[in-house]
Parts: sequence; structure tokens; C-alpha cells
Amino acid sequence: MTMQGHDSSAALVKMANDIADYFHSEADRGLAIDGIVNHITRFWEPRMRRKIVAHYAEHGGAGLNELARAAIAKLAEISQG
Amino acid sequence: MLSIVELDFGTPRSKAAQQVTLTIDGREVTVPAGTSVLRAAGEAGIPIPKLCATELLDAFGSCRLCLVQIEGRKGFPASCTTPVEAGMRVATQAAQLQKIRHGVMELYLSDYAAGNDALPTEMREMVDAIGVTEVRYGFDGKNHRQAAKDESNPYFTFDPAACIVCSRCVRACDEQQGTLALTIEGRGFASRVVASQDDGFMDSECVSCGACVQACPTTALSEKSLLAKGPAQTSAVTTCAYCGVGCSFRAEMRGEDLIRMVPNKDGRANHGHSCVKGRFAIGYATHKDRILKPMIRAKISEPWREVPWAEAIAHAAREFRRIQAKYGRDSIGGITSSRCTNEETYLVQKLVRAGFGNNNVDTCARVCHSPTGYGLKATLGESAGTQDFDSVLQADVIMVIGANPTDGHPVFASQMKRRLRREQNGRPPAKLIVVDPRRIDIVRTPHVQADWHLQLRPGTNVALLTSLAHAIVDEGLVDEAFVHARCEREAFEKWRAFVAEERNSPEAMESVTGVPARAVRAAARLYATGGNAAIYYGLGVTEHSQGSTAVMAIANLAMATGNIGREGVGVNPLRGQNNVQGSCDMGSFPHEFPGYRHVGDDAVRASFEQAWGVPLRNEPGLRIPNMFEAALDGEFKGIYIEGEDIAQSDPNTQHVTASLTAMECVVVQDLFLNETAKFAHVFLPGSTFLEKDGTFTNAERRISRVRQVMRPRNGYADWEITQLLANAMGYPMHYAHPAEIMDEIARLTPTFAGVSFGKLDELGSIQWPCNAQAPLGTPTMHVGEFVRGKGRFMLTEYVPTAEKVNAKYPLILTTGRILSQYNVGAQTRRTENIRWHGEDRLEIHPQDAEDRGIAEGDWIGIESRAGQTVLRATISSRMQSGVVYTTFHFPFSGANVITTDNSDWATNCPEYKVTAVQILRVSQPSQWQQRYRAFSEKQQELLREAVALK
Ligand code: SF4
Ligand code: SF4
Ligand code: FES
Repeated sequence: MTMQGHDSSAALVKMANDIADYFHSEADRGLAIDGIVNHITRFWEPRMRRKIVAHYAEHGGAGLNELARAAIAKLAEISQG
Repeated sequence: MLSIVELDFGTPRSKAAQQVTLTIDGREVTVPAGTSVLRAAGEAGIPIPKLCATELLDAFGSCRLCLVQIEGRKGFPASCTTPVEAGMRVATQAAQLQKIRHGVMELYLSDYAAGNDALPTEMREMVDAIGVTEVRYGFDGKNHRQAAKDESNPYFTFDPAACIVCSRCVRACDEQQGTLALTIEGRGFASRVVASQDDGFMDSECVSCGACVQACPTTALSEKSLLAKGPAQTSAVTTCAYCGVGCSFRAEMRGEDLIRMVPNKDGRANHGHSCVKGRFAIGYATHKDRILKPMIRAKISEPWREVPWAEAIAHAAREFRRIQAKYGRDSIGGITSSRCTNEETYLVQKLVRAGFGNNNVDTCARVCHSPTGYGLKATLGESAGTQDFDSVLQADVIMVIGANPTDGHPVFASQMKRRLRREQNGRPPAKLIVVDPRRIDIVRTPHVQADWHLQLRPGTNVALLTSLAHAIVDEGLVDEAFVHARCEREAFEKWRAFVAEERNSPEAMESVTGVPARAVRAAARLYATGGNAAIYYGLGVTEHSQGSTAVMAIANLAMATGNIGREGVGVNPLRGQNNVQGSCDMGSFPHEFPGYRHVGDDAVRASFEQAWGVPLRNEPGLRIPNMFEAALDGEFKGIYIEGEDIAQSDPNTQHVTASLTAMECVVVQDLFLNETAKFAHVFLPGSTFLEKDGTFTNAERRISRVRQVMRPRNGYADWEITQLLANAMGYPMHYAHPAEIMDEIARLTPTFAGVSFGKLDELGSIQWPCNAQAPLGTPTMHVGEFVRGKGRFMLTEYVPTAEKVNAKYPLILTTGRILSQYNVGAQTRRTENIRWHGEDRLEIHPQDAEDRGIAEGDWIGIESRAGQTVLRATISSRMQSGVVYTTFHFPFSGANVITTDNSDWATNCPEYKVTAVQILRVSQPSQWQQRYRAFSEKQQELLREAVALK
């Protein structure tokens, strides 16, 4: 059984936002973004990473906070590259 | 009381380095300074009679049996209270001494009825040793021989007729346990032992630790199991399977019948002490609810079918391979358990990585201490506590954060309380800082009073810890020399500037935490300047959306004040379950191999590929909550769960059960048909810790042996079941004994390189790292240098939880545990421990209760954003107003129906400790509870049908 209409991207967006909230206090924005990307790469299963990148591509990262969106943009860039 | 006779030299071993030589009965004897004459004689093979003395307690000198003569001294000093001196000449057997001892013993016997004669006791040994055959005084005087027994405690009996009022029990309760429940009432012949105000044991303050029973030299205090079954014939040293203290026990056996568990005096985590769970709550091992035959079914709505092992294993293997063929290699995974041994956990993750061919393995530590792993690795370089338990005896300031040691880690709590009550090597009793939303017991217990109780609002740990750091920086209390020598400079400077910001000051944070700035500053000063300062923390730190941040904040405090890298200080996570540390060490997390090494590390992965003979994935797998999401997405279809009950223990129950229902093959390996098994398709009966060999690793990184004392009633030890499954899936495993598994772990894991069963037998236990640099193990970590080289300060910005109170959900619910029950309660609920805690209740502050017209015992509906449940109310001022509290030991309570999906940002450890709720009086169980009851009854019925099918 698959839950009708279940979409795990909502959970992924929340996770990405929570991670970004931690890195918020890093004054150097570049370091903060790298920190988030690195965290997601080290701890997220590849399917989850693909899903958040797809969510970013399809919905412009709806629901992501500003820093998380920047990080996912970078993640998208890396995964394409 | 004795059952199997253990050597007891009467007074504790002296640790002094200086040696003293004296003469006893003409023999030269050399012992450490501070040793009693009694012990020195005993060690030299010259036993002196004794009754009131035992190794586990300080000498008391009341029974007068141990009298000796010492040249140049008047009278007959008690040898138990007399320390050795150089050149001392002692006589132990002079005729005059024998006469006095004889007289003393006759007096004892005139008011003594031996009780169960079949049992050997120290008393009987002494009567024989002294050679008393008759009693001159007669038995007619006023005495206790007719006094009634106290049978109120389910596990032990007190028989006043057999009591000689030696006060060993009273001292055990005071010194060892620290509960002070017993006193001697009256004087002379009228004196007797009473519990609390003569309330009987069950109604007294007694916490049923059993220390008094162990201390008693007669049958007066005896285990009921021993009285019923008679003395044991053999014993084996093993390790408690409950909490992360990891107490060492001797399992006393008659054949395969367990007579009783006796805490091991040589156990380095517990020094002969234990709590009610480890000593007494073992009835579950033979409980009738245990399932002993494998079962399968196609759907969870069908009855179970009992099948032979081979069929169950083949079925599970076929299903997993079918699912992988249909949905892809990543569509299955496994969960290891902190209740299983290291060897078993290692095998499950090996099966997943090498056999399933993916990294979808996780463990229940996900929901408790995963932030510890993350936070301590990031700052200090190793995912583990820094000390041994004994280190607390060298602490001058103890800070307890989000832990309730008297309930969660009782034996360690007793040791901590001892340091809080007593001087140690001339240093005054330690000071205590408690950081907790509740007034937990340690805040005020007999002879212990916290110097500061920072009663913060749930969910504000990081705000509080950062404001403590602010005070330390602001008031110039940083240990600059330590930081300079041991920590990364740049990260430190960044951190210093961050915490120094005004917004992080105690004054600014007061409105967030609810803790007066003055108290925060005072506590910070005490921690930074009070001598050796040690932090002990628990799930109240980790189970938050900022759990990992809080762990890093704790490590920052220790580094900033130089309180790390020696005895008496450090950062000490109190682990919940017995093998949380071990299951994490063994590579249970989806991104790490054993020894906390990332799967992306090519060299490490290559070593495992070579040893395991298959290519391994270099990407992390799914964590437990990710598995649930993937299941609901239709991408995750099969799971092998060893010894964990996710349907009860994980948050947002309805989400969990929906995920389980979405899977095609759920395989549960457990002792009982637990909540998760009600959603399973294959049930593989598990074995208890008494039925297998292996090791557990406790909160101090101490690896201890688990020894088989009876054959597995289900047929196989858990590691054998995993091996059968691996073989059936086409991944060969051929271990003949868990020792071989440990050898493989040691070969592949640098921190375990020196560990083997042989060495464990030799040393008793080993704290990892154990390798060429530390062949005997490592009691204290980060001495001289951090594992990561330089310690790294991390920024700890406070981010309020998304779980906000509002008009609809105005209260915060927080959760915890109590002493007599253990986690989901699957074991303890099946023992007499339910007499202390028969249901989970909602603790509520008197003001909140009054506002809602709630009285003690009322049924209360609790509603959160995730769900609803109903519990009975207990009015308690231990809570602050605005906060309610409950435990989660009973499935029907549905405590996790109300907890939410919020989790730690770094590890997804659930935020159990903060849920916004509303409560109101109700007259019936919640809808979830009604559905639960119906579903549960249906599942029990399906189980009964299976048994009938045979
Ligand atoms: S069982 Fe433990 S707490 Fe109870 S009276 Fe004995 S020593 Fe004290
Ligand atoms: S539950 Fe913990 S404290 Fe109690 S006996 Fe077991 S290991 Fe020791
Ligand atoms: S053993 Fe020394 S006085 Fe009792």
C-alpha cells in the first residue's frame, strides 16, 4: 500500500530548513552554504538528495528558507556537474 | 546472605600505594596502608571471625567478634576498625579472645531463629567457626523470635526472628544505595530494623535495590527466589541487559534454573551494587508470553502460522529477494538494537551492507543518543563519553543536565550521591548543579541538596548552555592556557565572539529559558572555578530539535574551562539502554562502518570489502524516519527488525504504523509479540541475555562479557538467527561462536584492535580504545590531546523549536522514565515491577490542574498536533506550571501518539521532550486507544489461533 498522495519532499524540506537554521550563525555565507551541502551529502541517502534537488527544480524550492534554498541550489549544481 | 560462598575480607580494599608490613600470629604480612587488620589477616589466610563487617561497607565495629590483641595496646581492639601499622604485632587466636567471641555469639543466638536451615549463611559459618554448640542464656527473654515476617516486597522477605541487628542492611542502604530507608529503632534487646517510619518495606522509601539483602549475614533478609528454590550450585559472571550502567552480575544457577542475580563485587561499573531491575526483574525471561516458535503469515489480518525454523528463514529470505527484484536493491533494510550484543549488532549491519547490498541500517540509538555521536565527534573527535564512572569520585562540581540518574541510571546515581554526601581525599563533598525542567529526585534527596537547580523551560537547553558560556567568557573564567594548548584557535575565537554577544547573555536569555540570570551566572562561576567539574547528561539534552547543538554546547563548556582530559572532569552521556554505546560503535548508523568511519572513506571501505568479499556502497543509507517516509512513498518494502519496538518507542505512532502497513515484508525478531510484531509478516523468536554469549558496552565505553547460563528456549541465540538469514539470502556466514565475531570486529576496527574474549576473561572488562597504544583500555579519553587533534569549538545559536505553544495547545508535554520500568516496558511489565508502576500517568502542576478542574486520578485527554490520548492525572509540584510530564512504559498509554515528527537537525533524533498539548477531563479512552485496543485484541487472537494450529 502506498499512502494516497504521500510526498516525502515535505519532510525533506523541513529537514533542510532545520539544517540551515543551525548554520545560520555562521557569518561567512559561503562557509554556511558549504556546511549545509556537506552535511546533506554525508548524511542523506542519494534518493533523498535527488528528491530535494527535483523539488528545487520543479517548485523553485517552495518551502525552503533562504539559506536552505541557496544550499540546495549548490547541491543541484554539484549533482549536475 | 550467602548462596554461593564468595570471599569477603570484611573491609574495602585500600588503594594506597604505600605498603605496610606487620606480623599476624607470628607471620609477616605486607599490605597497602589503610588496610584493616581484619582484611590483612584474611588476605594472609588467617580468617578472623566477623559479622558486622563486609567488603562492600565501611567498618562499623559493632559485633565484637573480630577482636584481636595487639602488642603494646590495652584491651581487645576490633580488627575491622583498626588500620594496620608498620611493625604491629597482632594475635588473633588467644584463648581469651576465643572466650569473648564465644560469649558474644551465645548472646546473639539467644535471640535468633535461624530461618531456612537449608541455606548456608555467614552467621552459621561463624557459629561453626567459633564452635558454639549450646546457649547458656536460654531463649525466654524478651526477644524477636515470634515477630511477624514482612513479605510485602515482591522479591525479598524480612524475617525479624533471624535478624541479629548487626545493621549491615542499614549501612548498605545508607552507604551503598544512598536511600536511607532503614533505621535501627529502640535500644538493647528491644532494638530492631524498621523501614522508614515502620511502614513495611513496600510502603517505605525503599527502592528495592536489594543492597540490604546482599549485606545481610543471616536469612533475615532473603530473596524469595532463594528461599523457594534453595541455594545455587554454579554461577557465571554476566552483564545486566537493562540500562547503560551495565552492572556486572553473578547469575547463580541450579542447572538451567536461575536462582538469583547477585551484583558482582569486582564489577568495575557497579562495585557490587545494582538496582531493582537488574537484580530482580528477570522473570520476563521465562514469562509465558514469550514466543518460542517462528511464525509467518501473508497479511497482518491473517492468523499466524507456526513453522519450523528452516521454513521461516527461507520464507523471509525469499520475500526479501523478491522485493529487491521487484522494487530495487534499496527497497529493504534492517534495524539493530541496543538490547542486543555487540556481536549481534555487528552481524545485522554486516548482513545489510554485504547481504542486502545497501546501507539501509539504523538502530534505536537514532531516537536517543545519535546527537551525542554527532556532537562529540564534531568537537572532541570521538562519539563517546570521556570518563569512567569512578571518575565522579574525583569531581568537585557535578552538573547534571537533562538526566534523571536516580531513576534512569540508579547505580551510577548512588555513586554520584556518595560523592555529593562525602569528603574524598580531604576534598569537601562535591557541589551540584541540576539543569532540568522538573524537580527530579537528585535535586533534593537525603543529605544531598543541589546548589543550583536551573529549572528551565523545555526546549531551551541551547539558550541556557550558551548563556552559561557567555558568563564564563564575560567574567574572564576561560582557561586560556588549556584552550591555547589544546584547541583550534580560529574556531575558539569565533566562538568566543559569538557567545560574548549581548543577545546570548543570561540577562537576555532569561525571558527565553525562564531561569534567573543571577542563578545562571552563579552556576557558571561554580562550574568554571569550583575545581574538577564534570557534566553528566541524558536524553533531556539529546531528544530535541537542537539535540546535537546542545551536545556541542556542553563540549564547548568543558573545553573552555579545561574540564576535560583527566579524572574527575569530562563530558559524560548517560546512555539509556544497556548497549547503546555498543550498537553505535558497531556500525549501526547508515553512514558509518564500525568505529564511526564514514562509508565514503575509500580506504576504510576497501578494508571491509576485502574482509567481507563483496563490493560495498559508498553512500549513506536511510535512517529510521527516512525508511518510514520511503515506505509511504512506496519505495521501501521490507525490513528486518532485531529487538526493537518502533511502533511503541518511535514518535508519531500513527505515522509509524502507516509506514509498517505500507511494507510487504516486516520481519521482527523479538522475545514477545511486541507492538511492531503486530504489523509483522515473519516472527523470529529471539533469545534473552541469559541464553547467549557476547558483549555489551556501557556508557563508559566498558566492554563486558555476557555469558550463556541456559540454552536458548527458542532454539537459537540471536546472532545465529541473523547468520541463518544471511546464508539463506546467499551471503555466507560461518561463525561458530561470538568470540569469532569479536575477532573480526577487532581486525577491522582500530579502537577495538586489542579486544578479544580471552582478554575480557582475563581483565574482567575493557574500556575502548584498546589497541597497541592502550593494551589495557582507556578509562579517560583525550588526555594530552583530543582524538581529533585539537578540540574544535562549535557555534551554538539558539533556534526555538517549531513546536510552539499557543491558545489551542497551551501546555508543553515532556516525557521520561521511572526507576522500576524500562523503556517500552516489554520486559519489566512482565515482572513484579508493575507493583511500583502499573500505568503511565500524566504529571501536572497543581495550578494547571486547578485551572482545569482536574483532581488526582481523573482521566485526562491530551491532544497535540499529532494525535490524542488519555491518561490519569497525578498532581505534582515537581513540574513547573505550564509543563506536563509522562512516561511511555505502557503501549496503551499512547504517549507517542501525541509526540510529533520534529527532530534534531543533524541526526533526526526525535524531539520527544517538547510537545505542545492541551488537556481536559474526559470520561473515556481516546479514539486511538479504542482502535488500538481493538487491533491489539485482534492480533492476540491471531496469535492464539497460530498456537492452536500446531
Ligand atoms: S532494598 Fe535497597 S533501598 Fe530498600 S531498604 Fe534495602 S538497601 Fe534500602
Ligand atoms: S538496570 Fe542499570 S543500574 Fe540497574 S542493575 Fe541493570 S545496569 Fe545496573
Ligand atoms: S566485624 Fe569487627 S566488630 Fe563486627
